[in-house]
Formats: sequence, structure tokens, C-alpha cells
Amino acid sequence: MQRVSGHRQKMEVFTLIFPALFWLTVFFAIPLLSIVVYSFLKKGLYGVLVWEFNLENYARFLDPLYFKVFGRSFAVAVLTTLGCLVIGYPLAAWLATRPTRFQGILLMLLMIPFWTNFLVRTYAWIVLLAREGFINTALMSLGVINEPLGMLYTQPAVIVGLVYGWVTDMVLPIYATMVGLDRSLLEAAQDLYANDLKTFTRVVLPLTMPGIVAGSILVFIPSMGAYVTPDLLGGGKVDMIGNLVQRQFGSAQDWPFGSAISCVLMAIMVIGTLIYFRISGGRER
Amino acid sequence: MAESIPAVELEHVTKRFGNVVAVNDVTLRIAEGEFFSLLGPSGCGKTTTLRMIAGFEMPTAGVVRIRGQEMGETPPFKRPVNTVFQSYALFPHLTVAQNVAFGLEMQKVPRKEIKQRVAEALEMVRLPQMANRKPKQLSGGQRQRIALARALVNRPQVLLLDEPLGALDLKLRKAMQLELKALQSQVGITFIYVTHDQEEALTMSDRIAVMNEGRVYQVGTPREIYERPNSRFVADFIGETNFLTGRVEEVRGEQAVVLVDGTVRVVGTLTGPVSRGQEVTVAIRPEKLRLRPTGEVQGRVEELIYIGTDTRYVIRLTERSRLTVRTQNVGIGDSQRFRQGERVGLEWNDESALVLVE
Repeated sequence: MQRVSGHRQKMEVFTLIFPALFWLTVFFAIPLLSIVVYSFLKKGLYGVLVWEFNLENYARFLDPLYFKVFGRSFAVAVLTTLGCLVIGYPLAAWLATRPTRFQGILLMLLMIPFWTNFLVRTYAWIVLLAREGFINTALMSLGVINEPLGMLYTQPAVIVGLVYGWVTDMVLPIYATMVGLDRSLLEAAQDLYANDLKTFTRVVLPLTMPGIVAGSILVFIPSMGAYVTPDLLGGGKVDMIGNLVQRQFGSAQDWPFGSAISCVLMAIMVIGTLIYFRISGGRER
Repeated sequence: MAESIPAVELEHVTKRFGNVVAVNDVTLRIAEGEFFSLLGPSGCGKTTTLRMIAGFEMPTAGVVRIRGQEMGETPPFKRPVNTVFQSYALFPHLTVAQNVAFGLEMQKVPRKEIKQRVAEALEMVRLPQMANRKPKQLSGGQRQRIALARALVNRPQVLLLDEPLGALDLKLRKAMQLELKALQSQVGITFIYVTHDQEEALTMSDRIAVMNEGRVYQVGTPREIYERPNSRFVADFIGETNFLTGRVEEVRGEQAVVLVDGTVRVVGTLTGPVSRGQEVTVAIRPEKLRLRPTGEVQGRVEELIYIGTDTRYVIRLTERSRLTVRTQNVGIGDSQRFRQGERVGLEWNDESALVLVE
């Protein structure tokens, strides 16, 4: 009896986890593993994969050219994260302090633009930033400037596009910590002689830090690997890792090298995140 | 008391939230060093009153003074008062010692003095060993004491307490009541204490203000409030009371004869001016009534409940009115002196029956 029911239980457990397991294997584990495997292969003629183990793809990174691309991506990702924080934090604070019945509607309004296709939204920025675009036309007709500003196809344009694309990912986690913030703590700070600024720096900021960190990770990682935005708004002049990877899989037909870049990027992200959790986990004790 | 400046003074203070009048024309004078309670059911305006003293709410009308200083729109962080919050509101990201030091740091007290005063404050609430813990590592009672230490370390002129014992279990609450009272006389700071627990207010306070629907009904010592309630609400809210309704038949100086339900005459002490024929309520506490084999006022024993220390009798007085009588079981046979269904006489001292107009 015991063994039969034990067996049945095992079957049940397997049946229950099978869909998730299947999904993860097919859509996550297999693609990921194949990328790792590719990164150790050799590129043959016309992009054919040559099954021969080598580390050359990784060695190519030592080229300062790729270092520079990595550095630029890092700088763009950091600035994008800061930009999202500067816009997202006050926005999240404002949302969290609205009457509860309006908060759902306001959050919805925040998300609606993101139902539109990402490409369309990025092209919209071209319309705004171009030489004969909306901003230049408006400024010139107002007499603020005499000739159009060269805004499009610059690094700032890429950052603006990325900030726009990822700001909700910053707002939502911060909003969640803000909503969970016990209002009586703010009153307690005020009661204990803290003015508004001190209440913010000593109580609000430390208590919403988990949201800031979560939001920053959520913005930093996709910004670092972005390729559509730098392609469209950078016009090929702002080369980021994403573009590099895309080129290897596209025009360059060098899948092994593209895979190696992806693996390095992934390793950096994972290590960075682990270090963060180590530090913050250590602080809790 | 009238000569010295009160610690806190409220003059015709009103607070409206939209159409709701939370506090309605409240005037109070709270003396230096007093343990003063604001007592009333939830929604009576006691917490709003406290929050106006703390500065979290500004009065719609009227004046709040702290030691003679008009507060006006002064923000909380500029008022010489500290608050112990109902939920304690300890900062979860700071240790116990950092929590207690918070107010001193904000006031830019020198580091050395902060260290010393924090240690003293933790000593005072008998939790010096908890300095490096986080609030979530403490029990409810310990958190309560840290909240107290965090407020008192600033040596405020007035300490405001918003139902600080509400979240504790009964036994701990009783112990904390005595501890708080002892602490208050030790530090000599004026305490303003908000509670809905009448027993708590009676135990701890020098004076109590009983509030209902935004108004202060009565201010007095616990004895005055219990023995001489000025209204039906106060008599009903504090302790247990029998109410009889009737008309005034005759006024004799401080007393009146009231005809209850058109059949029974009772004599009671006046709490305000009445005239003949006026409809009034007579309030008598159950323990002030005595049962006799016979007497001028008679009733029938309807129910008899033995509760150890006392016996409770429910006496049918008239068709519409019943009285609860509480007698202490001094001798073993006391609970068997009267039987169910028996006719008995009722006696009381004239000053125990109060004629209430409101």
C-alpha cells in the first residue's frame, strides 16, 4: 500500500511540474545552452558552424575596440538608469500618495503607451528629435534657436529613448515600496524634530531603497544589452554591445563570436547581481 | 492652578474634515505635570484632539497653546511635545539605539551626550541589553517601551500617548498601566493619554475628559467622573449604571422626587436645574443599591446570578423598568438571602441616585 501510494504521489508531482519544466527546458535551458556551446565553436565559411572546441572567440575581447563598446554600453546603461530614477522616483511617490481609488487608473494610464509596439514608439522619437522634427521646428518658430540642433543620432538621443522605454520598470517597484511605507513613520520622524528634508533622507529614502535597487536592476540590464534604440536613435554612430551581437548573428555571420559576447555580457550581469545580493544580504544580519 | 500657565490649553477648538465635525468647540486646560486622559468611544474626536496638539492636524477654528505659546500653524517638528504612537511607529531600518537617538540627532545634540542619554533612556524602560536589536526582533511589550524611551529621551514638555497599550494583551496591559503611571510621576512630565478603555483611564489619570461625538461631556478626577457623572452618556460609558426614566414631581433644594413610569417614587440628587413635570433620567450604580426584606421601594427578584465575589440580582421594579443590584458575598450564605420570584425592598443613599437632565 505504502509503496503504491508513494509511487502515485511521485506521478502526481511530476504531472504538476511537467508544464513548467517543459516550458523552461524548451524556451530557456536549450537556447541558453546552445549559446554557451556555440561560443566555444569555430566559424566556418559562409557562417557554417565548425564543431571544434577553441577559446578564440573569448580571446578576441582583448581587442580595445570591443572594450570601448563595452565601456560605452556601460556608460549609456548607467546614465539611462539615473535618468529613469530621476523621473521615476518622484512619479512613483506622487502615484503612491494619490487617493487609493485613483491609483489603479493612474497606473493604467502609465502602462497604456506600452501596449503600442516598441519600434513605433522609438520611431516617434525620431519624429521628435530629427533636424526638421517637432522640437527643432517648435524652437525655431519661437525664435529660441536660429538653426536646427543636431539631436538625433547622438548618444544623448539613445539615452532619452532608453529612459522613455524603461521608465515604467523603475516606477513600479518604487511605487510598490512607497505604497507599503507606513505613514505613521513619517509622522514619527516629524514628531522627532525632523523637517521634510530630513524625513526624506533619514526615513523615506532608506525604506524605499529596495524599490530603487530592484528598479535599477530592471532598467540597467536591458539598457546594457539594448540594440533597437541605439540602432534607430543612434543611427549606427552609437555602437553598443547589443548592436555588436546583432551584427555577428546578422551581417557578419559569426555566430560563435556573437554567442561569446552574449555569454560575457550575461556573466557580468549575473556576477554584478550576485555581488549586490551578497552585500545587501550581509547588511540585514 | 488658575494662576500658573497650563501645560496645554485648547480654546474653542473645532476640527472639520469636509462635512464631518470631528472635534466640536473643545476647551481644555491641562496643568503642568498632570496625567490627563481623553476618554471616549472610537470616533469621538479624542485622537484628532491629540493630533492637533502634536501638530499633525491644524484646527479649523480655535487656539492651541503649549505653555502659553500659541501654536498656530507650527509644524510638529517645531513643537516641544513628543508622541507615542498607537502602532509605535518604530523605524524598521534602524536599531533600537538609533531609534531612540533619532530625535536627539535631529536637534543636533552633541554625540557624547546622545550616547549617554540613549543609555539612560533604555535603562529607564529596563531594556539596555536591546540597544543593537532591530524593532522586528522585539516583542510587542518591548516595542512599546522603546517607543516610550524614544519619546521621553527628548525630555518633552508634554508627552502625547495615543492608545499606547491597545495592541498588548490584557495581562501585559495591566502591568504597563502601573509602570506608565510610575514613570510619569518619576519624570514629572505632563502626559496626555488617549484611550477608549474606561478602566485604564480611571486607573492612571489625575483627570479625565470624557468625549463623545466631538464634544467634551465632562472633565474631572476619576472619582468625580464615576460618582458624579453629569450626563446619561458619561454615566453609561463609565462603569455600569441603572437608568430609570420619569417626571419630576417635587424639587427640594439639592434633591428631587421623581415619579418613575407613573408608579414608583424615587428620591435623587440633582446634577443641574430641573423644574416640576420635566422628564429626567435617574442613574444608580448597581453596587450602591441594597436589598432588604421589605421597604418603601419594592420589586420582585427576576434573576439571580452568582459570580463568586458578588451576587447580581435583576429586580423588576415596574412593568417597564428593571434594576441590577450587586451585593458583595461577605458571608457564605449571602448569595442565598433572597430567592427568585420573591418580593424585596430596595434602599440607597439619596446622594447615590443622580437626576440627569441630558
